[in-house]
Amino acid sequence: MTTLTKTEDAPAPTGPESFLSVRDLRVQFSTEDGIVKAVDGLSFDVERGKTLGIVGESGSGKSVTNLTILGLHNPRTSHIDGEILLDGKELVTAPEKELEQLRGNKMAMIFQDPLTALSPYYTVGRQLSEPFMKHRGASKKEAKDRAIQMLEKVGIPQPKVRFDDYPHQFSGGMRQRAMIAMALMCDPDLLIADEPTTALDVTVQAQILDLLKDLQQEFGSAIIFITHDLGVISNMADDLLVMYAGRAVERGSVKEVLRTPQHPYTWGLLSSMPRLDGDIHETLSPIPGSPPSLLNPPTGCRFHPRCAFTGEVTGTLCSDTRPPLADGRAAACHLTAQQKQSIFIDKIQPRLR
Amino acid sequence: MLQFIIRRLAGAVVTLFLIGAVTFFLFVAAPSDYASLACGRDCSPERLDAIRHALGLNEPIFKQFWEFMSGIVVGRDFPDGHCAAPCLGQSFYSGDFVWDTIMDRFPLTLSLTVGAMTVFLIVGIGAGMLAAYRRGSLVDKIATGSSMVLSSFQIYFLGPIVLTILVYSTGWMEDPKYVPFTEDPVGWLVGLSIPMVVMATIFTAQYTRMARASMIEQLAEEHVRTARAKGMSKKFVFFRYAWRGSLIPIVTVLGIDISALLGGGVVTELTFSLQGIGRLAVDGAINKDLPLTMGVMLFGAFFILLLNILVDIVYAWIDPRVRLS
Repeated sequence: MTTLTKTEDAPAPTGPESFLSVRDLRVQFSTEDGIVKAVDGLSFDVERGKTLGIVGESGSGKSVTNLTILGLHNPRTSHIDGEILLDGKELVTAPEKELEQLRGNKMAMIFQDPLTALSPYYTVGRQLSEPFMKHRGASKKEAKDRAIQMLEKVGIPQPKVRFDDYPHQFSGGMRQRAMIAMALMCDPDLLIADEPTTALDVTVQAQILDLLKDLQQEFGSAIIFITHDLGVISNMADDLLVMYAGRAVERGSVKEVLRTPQHPYTWGLLSSMPRLDGDIHETLSPIPGSPPSLLNPPTGCRFHPRCAFTGEVTGTLCSDTRPPLADGRAAACHLTAQQKQSIFIDKIQPRLR
Repeated sequence: MLQFIIRRLAGAVVTLFLIGAVTFFLFVAAPSDYASLACGRDCSPERLDAIRHALGLNEPIFKQFWEFMSGIVVGRDFPDGHCAAPCLGQSFYSGDFVWDTIMDRFPLTLSLTVGAMTVFLIVGIGAGMLAAYRRGSLVDKIATGSSMVLSSFQIYFLGPIVLTILVYSTGWMEDPKYVPFTEDPVGWLVGLSIPMVVMATIFTAQYTRMARASMIEQLAEEHVRTARAKGMSKKFVFFRYAWRGSLIPIVTVLGIDISALLGGGVVTELTFSLQGIGRLAVDGAINKDLPLTMGVMLFGAFFILLLNILVDIVYAWIDPRVRLS
């Protein structure tokens, strides 16, 4: 039995399992056109103090996965299977009231667009105070002090004055800082950042990333960092999960995955990334085709219709069998380890350098 | 804020003046005049001239217009007495002062508006919010279905049905009539209950649909999801975060509806044989009664402008982004 009230100074429970553990998660939405298999058999773990990066195209299921962890999916239209264990507590079957106690308290989320993600109708201070008052039973005064302290921590000048401002009186970068401060109000153990820097310009982006790293060191939270920016992820994450069409296709440490990627989709992602020091006449090589419809996803390996290397695999393995994704450093691909290595060295690496 | 209100009020005065001018000159430009109508078929030029003189119609057009408009501010003197400000002239047809006639009819129109509005605001918005809160439930289906049917009804359809059932065939109630509230509050409510309820029913249906749609739209907003992600309860998020934004379209339509209702509802008044502002407007137009038409027109326009200003003030209260600009 896990207690919901946190003891701040207690050491992190050291168990064999990770702090957050997602097992064979399946999320399906019923729509007018049919059932969308948004996430299909996803498993991953995040440890305390570590950052897991999740990359993938739009619609690959990154955001859906994380909304599902928080339990913010629409219960009327979605169907969830699998297990989500947060500090040993099963979340998929947990009643709404219990999830409410965890949200904003033990797990918090930073959203992509801080302009639309903060309510225009209430002051920043009030929006920050609410979760603290709810989860900690704090008074208005205590919540205000805490909010001002957090605003200061995320680098908002004159936090006492800014407390009473409305979000539209903040600049884009300041709004995102306020958003982060809001997520950190109750010292969450798990912080999910859904493309937190996408809406910001690069200089502000760097500040926000530094801020997140500093705060992680200070609070020791586990972070899930969703992005489609590989540059950002190499900077932020310890481990990396590459998602394609609702499935994980490759996992490993950030260094491993970015230096020696093993999955053709990851190769494609890396090749389509522009380089600052690249020749301006050099053309980028995008992945041919477009992401599949999740109403009617491809059979076998979901990437096979766009994959350039299906010829190397014997028979029709790619189009009828789902490639397994092993634990640890792994890629869900039917190519043999030698093939992966030789293709990468011969055909892919020259393009990246 | 005060500056804003003053600026808007000044603008409203100018608008009223322009509306008055347009009404007046359009009326004068129309190919018929009251004098020859009142004079009858065998009209001698002398008699026509006498009537024109009596009504002040032989004065230059601009002078007539100016006398009318200045009368609103300072009052006017007519052969049969002084017409105190705000003087809207003297009806050609009845010879009564238009302001007095309007004030005579307005309590009925105001009563109907207040009565119907109380019902449709509480029931309509309440039902719409409940339907949005319990989206997809039986409550939602009943609210959506019945409001769909009821909002496609019209007063002249629903009114006679209700009258037939409650008054003509069973005799449970009397014909709708107006009793001043100050004389007999119960009689006031009973006398007007049928038109109030019929009007309220149709408006309720519209407000239910609107409140539900507006609420559902707000619930899909990202900031509402953020509030949920903070761990706030569904109820809290609904009444704190979603509710506020959903008011904006409702307030907009409400402003239009109230000003239209206060300007008089011809259909309602005809359906229930009541004498309100709406009938006056029709009478004025049919009888080519310039002062009456001008009076009712300006009276209605006044409410439209007033409600517009009120709606803008409410916007500023709801949304801080409006407050600062």
